[in-house]
Amino acid sequence: MVNVQDGSVIKTKKVDFYYGSFKALTDVTMDFERNRVTALIGPSGCGKSTLLRLLNRMNDLIDGSRVEGEVLFEGQNIYAPEVDPVDIRRRIGMVFQKPNPFPKSIFNNITYGPRLTGMSKKADLEILVEQSLRQAVLWDEVKDILNRSAMMLSGGQQQRLCIARALAMKPEVLLMDEPTSALDPISTAKIEELIQDLKKTYTIIIVTHNMQQAARVSDMTGFFYIGKLIEYSATDKIFTRPDVKQTEDYITGRFG
Amino acid sequence: MRWRYIKEGIFFSVVRLSALLIVLALGGLLFYIFYNGYQAISWEFLTEPPIDAMTKGGIMPAILGTIYLTLGAIVIALPLGIMSAIYLSEYAKQGAVVRVIRLGVNCLAGVPSIVFGLFGLGLFVVYFKFGASILSGSLTLGFLILPTIIGASEEALKAVPQTFRESSLALGVSKWQTIYRIVLPNALPGILTGSILGIGRAAGETAPIMFTAAAFYTVKIPSSVFDEVMALPFHIYVLATAGTHIEETRPIQFGTVLVLVALVLSIDLVAIVIRSAVRKKKRW
Repeated sequence: MVNVQDGSVIKTKKVDFYYGSFKALTDVTMDFERNRVTALIGPSGCGKSTLLRLLNRMNDLIDGSRVEGEVLFEGQNIYAPEVDPVDIRRRIGMVFQKPNPFPKSIFNNITYGPRLTGMSKKADLEILVEQSLRQAVLWDEVKDILNRSAMMLSGGQQQRLCIARALAMKPEVLLMDEPTSALDPISTAKIEELIQDLKKTYTIIIVTHNMQQAARVSDMTGFFYIGKLIEYSATDKIFTRPDVKQTEDYITGRFG
Repeated sequence: MRWRYIKEGIFFSVVRLSALLIVLALGGLLFYIFYNGYQAISWEFLTEPPIDAMTKGGIMPAILGTIYLTLGAIVIALPLGIMSAIYLSEYAKQGAVVRVIRLGVNCLAGVPSIVFGLFGLGLFVVYFKFGASILSGSLTLGFLILPTIIGASEEALKAVPQTFRESSLALGVSKWQTIYRIVLPNALPGILTGSILGIGRAAGETAPIMFTAAAFYTVKIPSSVFDEVMALPFHIYVLATAGTHIEETRPIQFGTVLVLVALVLSIDLVAIVIRSAVRKKKRW
């Protein structure tokens, strides 16, 4: 799964996206590199979340939406007619803005996906639960209360549970849509630490409204404005000497 | 300045009075039925068939008949209603087709119950040759409560947070599995509560079963769904209008009414218990 050679896992090629007649993305061409954290930043409504949801075909759920161009995942266009979006979502996991555990026990939250995809042995599931919770740095906090409802956990714990739940499907890529915007600073710090850890194994793409967060956690940053990718390069460069004036205005807080 | 307070006072009194009137009306109705009916209630009344041209004896066949018809209606309408609601709220693209189906469901809800009775007579009793039977009656009652069940189910499905669906789908779980494993279990208490209230209503209907299931008099315990049965609402109707001893059987009439009301209220009670149990557990 982990490829030593560098290169991109996901490429978008001239992607346009429409909600009905509203064009939300225009001509987005972008490479997401393996085992890197890529941050998507920009003001509200700039299309960054739309792009994220395009990468695992979550936008399929919206009536009247339409994609043009190509999204290549390991070389294959995920919008080709023969591709089953369910397979894509298994390989590209997602964590949402608000922690959204199921009203089930902690254990069953993790095993929900794997069970439905054929894992049934209790011993295997137990190993997977521990593994996933450890990866999400939640194991020590919940190992004695696995049968308690996930709804009892704090917001930060719930979000790490959601990360563990996504990891239990053994995805190759992890998409994170403002994963800390509903959390307190301490929980946020824990999740940011976790992201640093996870990029050893996964390719991570994160949408964030928080400039400092993008600067702290990401290797690459793309700045979006009104549906267009304005500038995309190494995070250091974007935050110190961006090429485009709009990018500079945004990160220095002059608008957005 | 004063006038404003007076106006507010008047308005408050009016709305409070309206609410009070409803409770009074219900209370009065229940009291009237209980007061006139309780003397008729006895173990024999509940467990014996009627005797002496239905002027004496019990109403057991009618109780049993109503229970059979109600259960039959549930068995027929609940799966059909839930599946229609799943289609409407989870699968169907919102557009002309869905609008037409919704309009159809709403129209069905507004059809007078006697029309359902005649429809059941024409289709199930005569055309399908089911005769006047539990089957025909249950089917007719089932169609009568279908709009209620669809409506309640759609509401309950819509109340399941969209984030549950999204997080399940994002894990690479298929749409049907998401509905089956996440959406339905969370919607089920709501579906049942709404549906049971509708079913309680159906249990007391006379017109739909009059031509399709209800017998004037039979002491036979039904052995198949093709048997006709007595039913509480129809029994009341018969005793109060068509008997030869209308005045003498008043106590039995009120006793039967009391049993019917108790039956309907206990069905409603089941719904209320489910609802409060779920409210306690619900955490989103």
